[in-house]
Formats: sequence, C-alpha cells, structure tokens
Amino acid sequence: MSEQASADGHRLSHQRPVVDPCQEAIGTLYGFLDGELTADRRLQIQHHLEECAPCFQAFDFEAELKVLIARKCRDEVPDSLRRRVADALRAEDVPS
Amino acid sequence: MADKARFAEQAMPFMGSLYSAALRMTRNPADAEDLVQETYLKAYRAFGSFQEGTNLKSWLYKILTNTFINVYRSRRRRPTETELDDVEDLYLYRRLGGLEAAAMGRSAEDLVLDQFSEAEVKQAVESLPEPFRLAVVLADVEGFSYKEIAEILDVPIGTVMSRLHRGRRALQKVLGTFAEERRLSAPADVPS
Repeated sequence: MSEQASADGHRLSHQRPVVDPCQEAIGTLYGFLDGELTADRRLQIQHHLEECAPCFQAFDFEAELKVLIARKCRDEVPDSLRRRVADALRAEDVPS
Repeated sequence: MADKARFAEQAMPFMGSLYSAALRMTRNPADAEDLVQETYLKAYRAFGSFQEGTNLKSWLYKILTNTFINVYRSRRRRPTETELDDVEDLYLYRRLGGLEAAAMGRSAEDLVLDQFSEAEVKQAVESLPEPFRLAVVLADVEGFSYKEIAEILDVPIGTVMSRLHRGRRALQKVLGTFAEERRLSAPADVPS
C-alpha cells in the first residue's frame, strides 16, 4: 500500500473488505489513541473493545505507554535560560 | 516592533515544553538552550505577522523545528527515512506485557511501564533517527494533531503518520531492550 493510500485509509471506512475484527482494530490503534478517527470509525472500534478483552488490554497498554512517554519527557527550564531569553528580548527593544 | 508585554505574556508559558522538545532534538543541554533562545528571538521579531487567534504553540514549534533543522542538523549527515527497522505492532505489549503480567497476576501496564525510569524513556526517544524522533515528540509528548504536525514539519499528513507509527514501534523495541537487560541483570527471584 502506498503511503498516501494508507494515510487516507482511516477515513475510508465504507470501502473496507471483510477482515478479522481484531486485526482491523489493531490497525486503527494509533489513529484511535491519537483521536484521529472519524466518529463512526471510533464508535465501531469502541464496540469491538467492549466485547474483546485481549484487544482492550492491548489498547489500554498502548494508551498507558503514550501517557508514560509524555510524563517522562519533561525537563525543568534552567533559570539561566530564562534570564538569557529575557535579556535577549530586552536587547531587541533598543532602537537601532 | 512587536508588543513585548503581549509577546512575553503569551509565549513565555511555552518555554518548558519548548526546552524539553529542544533537548530531545539536540540531545545536549547547551545546544537546547541556544535553540530555545534563538526560537524566542525569531518569534519575537516575527510576532507582528502572527495571526491573533491562531495556534501560538504550534507556531512556536514550527520556528523551533525549522531552526533546529536549519542550524543544528546541518552539522551532521542528513538523516534518511529508511534507517529504521520495521517492528511489528504491539511489540512491547507482546514481549513483556501479556507474559509477565499473567505470571505476576498484575495488570500489564502497571508492571511493565512502572519500571521505566525518566532517563530510560528520554534515552529511548533520543535514540530514534531524527525524522521519527520529531514526529514522536510532537505527537506523544506535546499532543499535537496529525494536521498540526504536518504543518510544523511541512510534510504531508501521510508522512507524519508513517514516521509516527514507525517511530513509536522502534521506541517500543528500545524500551523492550532496556527491560530485557534489566531482567537479565536482576538477581534470581528471592521470596520476600
């Protein structure tokens, strides 16, 4: 599948052939977690997750992983940087 | 000249997330500080052209990203889209989650994800080749939408999705390696 075709795939829900619902759910995993599915598609996946514990657990794990990455990649701004930026902007105000 | 007070009030609150992203991009605190300072200077100079009511955060990230790509990346060889192995879906979950959680009777995410330190997660993100790293940072750390990331990186949405999905799977492989190393180096189970 070309990159462009796969990019649009998550919007073409009416054209899909019949496939294994678990495989189909996993295929939409990232679009689902990123809030990038259409409302219809999202609902369809939600229904599957309600009745399929293995898929629910896998989605839950991936959702937690996404949270973990966001939480662990935060860094404190050094005071020295705050001062440098403030000083640099102040210098910009001097009429040239 | 842009309104300095208005700029400071609106743009300064983003310094924490810009600095974190700059650290992931440059992988070095001195370069990250320079990059953030340069970003604020450029943003201030261009603030007059910023459209009030549009997304300031994503505008600042576009400046940050462009500055990084133009200034810092040129010091190294240009990365390619292909220098990343394919990793299967649910790599980490299948490797560690299901297996260990079943053995321990705990939920998979509690067991596996709790063990990763901040340093490990940062190292894993920073190990990704640059195009994939930028996509993962913008989506997973900063929560930008695919459309916003496409605008920030100036690439089609399909490219964003492809980089993001491959980058995430590669990240899982690195985290899996960390977990595996820890398990191998851990002492044998001792009843507590």
